[in-house]
Amino acid sequence: MPDKKPLSSVNDFVVRFANVNGSGSASANELFARAVLRHGVPVSPRNIFPSNIQGLPTWYEVRVTEEGHLGARGGVDMMVAMNPQTWDKDVAGIEPGGYLFYDSTKPMPSSKFRDDITVIGVPLTAIANSTYTDPRQRQLFKNIIYLGALCALFDMDPKLIEQLIGEQYKGKEKLLSSNVHALHLGRDWALQNLKCPIGLRIKKADKVGDRIFIEGNSAAALGAVYGGATVCAWYPITPSSSVAEAFTSHCQKLRHDPETGKAKYAIVQGEDELASIGIVIGASWNGARAFTATSGPGISLMTEFIGLSYFAEIPAVIMNIQRAGPSTGMPTRTQQCDIIACAYASHGDTKHVLLFPEDPAEAFEFAAAAFDLAERLQTVIFLMLDLDIGMNHRLSRPLKWDDSRQYDRGKIMTAEMLDEGRDFGRYLDVDGDGIPYRTYPGTHPTKGSFFTRGTSRDRYARYSEEGSVYADNMQRLVRKFETAQDLVPRPLQANAAKPTKYGVIYFGSTAPAMDEAIGLLEARGHQLDRMRIRAFPFHSSVASFIADHDFVYVVEQNRDGQLRQLIVNENGIDPVRLVPILHYDGTPITARFIANAIGDHQDHLKVTPLRKAVS
Amino acid sequence: MTYIAKPKFHHPGLEKNALGFIHRDYEGKISTLCAGCGHDSITASIIEACFELSIEPHRVAKISGIGCSSKTPDYFLGNSHGFNSVHGRMPSVLTGANLANRDLIYLGVSGDGDSASIGFGQFAHSIRRGVNMAYIVENNGVYGLTKGQFSATADRGSKSKKGVVNTDNAIDLVAIALQLGATYVARSFSGDKSQLVPLIAGAIQHRGAAFIDVISPCIAFNNHAGSTKSFDYVREHNDAVNRLDVITGRDPITVDYAPGTVQIVEQHDGTKLALRKIDADYDPHDRLGAMTFLQKHAAKGQIVTGLLYVDPDAEDLHTHLNTVEAPLNRLDADALCPGSAALEKINASLR
Repeated sequence: MPDKKPLSSVNDFVVRFANVNGSGSASANELFARAVLRHGVPVSPRNIFPSNIQGLPTWYEVRVTEEGHLGARGGVDMMVAMNPQTWDKDVAGIEPGGYLFYDSTKPMPSSKFRDDITVIGVPLTAIANSTYTDPRQRQLFKNIIYLGALCALFDMDPKLIEQLIGEQYKGKEKLLSSNVHALHLGRDWALQNLKCPIGLRIKKADKVGDRIFIEGNSAAALGAVYGGATVCAWYPITPSSSVAEAFTSHCQKLRHDPETGKAKYAIVQGEDELASIGIVIGASWNGARAFTATSGPGISLMTEFIGLSYFAEIPAVIMNIQRAGPSTGMPTRTQQCDIIACAYASHGDTKHVLLFPEDPAEAFEFAAAAFDLAERLQTVIFLMLDLDIGMNHRLSRPLKWDDSRQYDRGKIMTAEMLDEGRDFGRYLDVDGDGIPYRTYPGTHPTKGSFFTRGTSRDRYARYSEEGSVYADNMQRLVRKFETAQDLVPRPLQANAAKPTKYGVIYFGSTAPAMDEAIGLLEARGHQLDRMRIRAFPFHSSVASFIADHDFVYVVEQNRDGQLRQLIVNENGIDPVRLVPILHYDGTPITARFIANAIGDHQDHLKVTPLRKAVS
Repeated sequence: MTYIAKPKFHHPGLEKNALGFIHRDYEGKISTLCAGCGHDSITASIIEACFELSIEPHRVAKISGIGCSSKTPDYFLGNSHGFNSVHGRMPSVLTGANLANRDLIYLGVSGDGDSASIGFGQFAHSIRRGVNMAYIVENNGVYGLTKGQFSATADRGSKSKKGVVNTDNAIDLVAIALQLGATYVARSFSGDKSQLVPLIAGAIQHRGAAFIDVISPCIAFNNHAGSTKSFDYVREHNDAVNRLDVITGRDPITVDYAPGTVQIVEQHDGTKLALRKIDADYDPHDRLGAMTFLQKHAAKGQIVTGLLYVDPDAEDLHTHLNTVEAPLNRLDADALCPGSAALEKINASLR
């Protein structure tokens, strides 16, 4: 018996699988997460992987959470330690009273274990080797065998896992039966040789409802399909590649003319990021809805074109799936570190619209909305995802679409309008909102053509280096950005249960951890009003929210407090009133981190100064 | 770049083409390039080719990068949409525009600095993708707008106006285009209108990646030390209150010579080009033969001109992507949005 009472919990614990990249464990681990879901119990899985193909350590963490917390919790209750390379670190990371599951084929010295955890050994290699002769099969099925053993240990219903395997290998009977066989090999061994179930258990519940299980990148790609994107140009880069790959896959299913079989889309893998954004800008200039997906290094390469898009006022949608920078940084780790780079991308005075979805459902909605915004505002729109949302499966409310919705194509002057005698000046501010009319190439034989350029021009698109003409144009661009404030998604605000002088601002993938952290903080006696920012330019309510509180915490996942900088810069806020809460080690921010950081700060506020107490 | 429009007045008896357009309908604004610049001759040839083809001017999208050559789309087809993008990145912008609306004619105008240096990659990839376009490089071997640096097409051993000798090998864009699979490849000389006009017309009519390298003398070459027309000479002998850059204009260089012959052309700076016009019986359907022919004459110091290769059965990027016939920019929500019922099925598959 361990010297600490083994953890005991139903439907609320964290399992982490430690594997070697390339060992084929990913599908088995995901199968486990899906199996928990089939029990009606929410999960929040996270893939923690290295930037290589084979050989380096990889982890897959499944937070089993009947409460439905979708952020990372921190800590590990059971470690499935399948990687000798990381053994010591993995064992050290187990919570006191937790469990260590390992391959006991080869005996391990007792010094490699801990006294305060329960050790569960299953001779996985021996079982696999005695059943299979092919080396690859031995490796792959070892993963399914440990899944079978976990099924017994957690008291899971094997039929639900069989059902999932059946769906995965539908039409591939041989694969289906061999996987089911491996599952039972592990389960039977565990039932016969171990005390099952353990303290951590999965019990059927009804807590998933109609929610779906989807990666943010896939949802964003689907948003592009529904939003009417017809041209996608991209260049592979982690963690954004799966956006374009998912868009391709969705289009192949949804976007072919039923009569001719021809594609109602064009996807080009560019030679680099420069070409990709160039294709997007060319397509958008010519009236198609176009987008690219990239990550921080790609944004760096695209900035010259982004400046052109801003100044020449050409719609473009860029999905930036952020990863840890600067430079190559940590390509497979998450951060929210491109805020400043995107908000002011390119040289000269530029400002760009940023959208910050919190989960796959918003990634879908905001992606579709980005095309309307890009055409309405005739500018570049950044959809700011990050690896944590983009590359992890998340439980999400179902995706919804209103069939009566029509695309907002913005201010387009047609041949008929030109024939009616409407005055067309490409950069005329006809409506006072800073947004001019444009014409598509080929619109009219004698009217409406103009020359698009990145150099300064007057309201009729005629080249001009006149200072007043340039300034007039730049001021109109500011007006347009102000117009954008009321078009982009507004911040969402929630008040604390009790009146408070303090607030917290957060955005994007921090949201699930923040939701949970609020509860932890309340338990510590701290009340916070909160605001989730969903877009830049900031709505006026952001400044109001800050003004209404003594000070406001700004929680974000980067070193320099980039959102805080942007708020200070754009709203003229005294920086002292915004307290940065920063998490930037490449792992997703957790509720525990937020609650501790804010809670400690709040605790200090409650300490009465000694002099005051004495007097 | 200029905004000086040409006067609209014209003689009522001017020749009209099949659509009733006159030359003036294919002109643009007044050029601000140096008098005698070969690029203006190319502009004239583009105007002539479009006139002869009876193209509706507004059905052309003219796209360029940055540089002297990239200014020229402002000087022709004034009723067309133009796009002066960023340095060297014309091909990607054109590719995107072409994907959006396959019904227009795409004319890409670039320079040697644009296409052989910063845009070398985009040039190559637009060619290999088979984008349906007429891609014209106005090639003078020098950076004119930044005053005289070598471009990547400058010959090894050639001298800059400052007397610097170029020690790098030249990139032959025609040879590269052939290697990359361009389905229409030609080279010409800006002053050889009788050759250039039909080559441009052929490129416009070709469905696929058509590439024309046009040798185009730069008047700024003629501005080296020792010249009484150089910047320095003018400054030293000038008492004016303003300090001005002056480029003395020259007459455009023109040539007219028979197929199969070699013509020596003296440029403004005194350097000589040996142009070889391909024979009348040259087979332009043999890509390998074209590459060999090109290299053989290059070894002799001759620049081969004419239509070097054409594939009459060429396919374009839209064929490769199997896109619908209707331009993508015309598809509306009814055609593009799968609708809520399809989304419900997707939701169901994700549970």
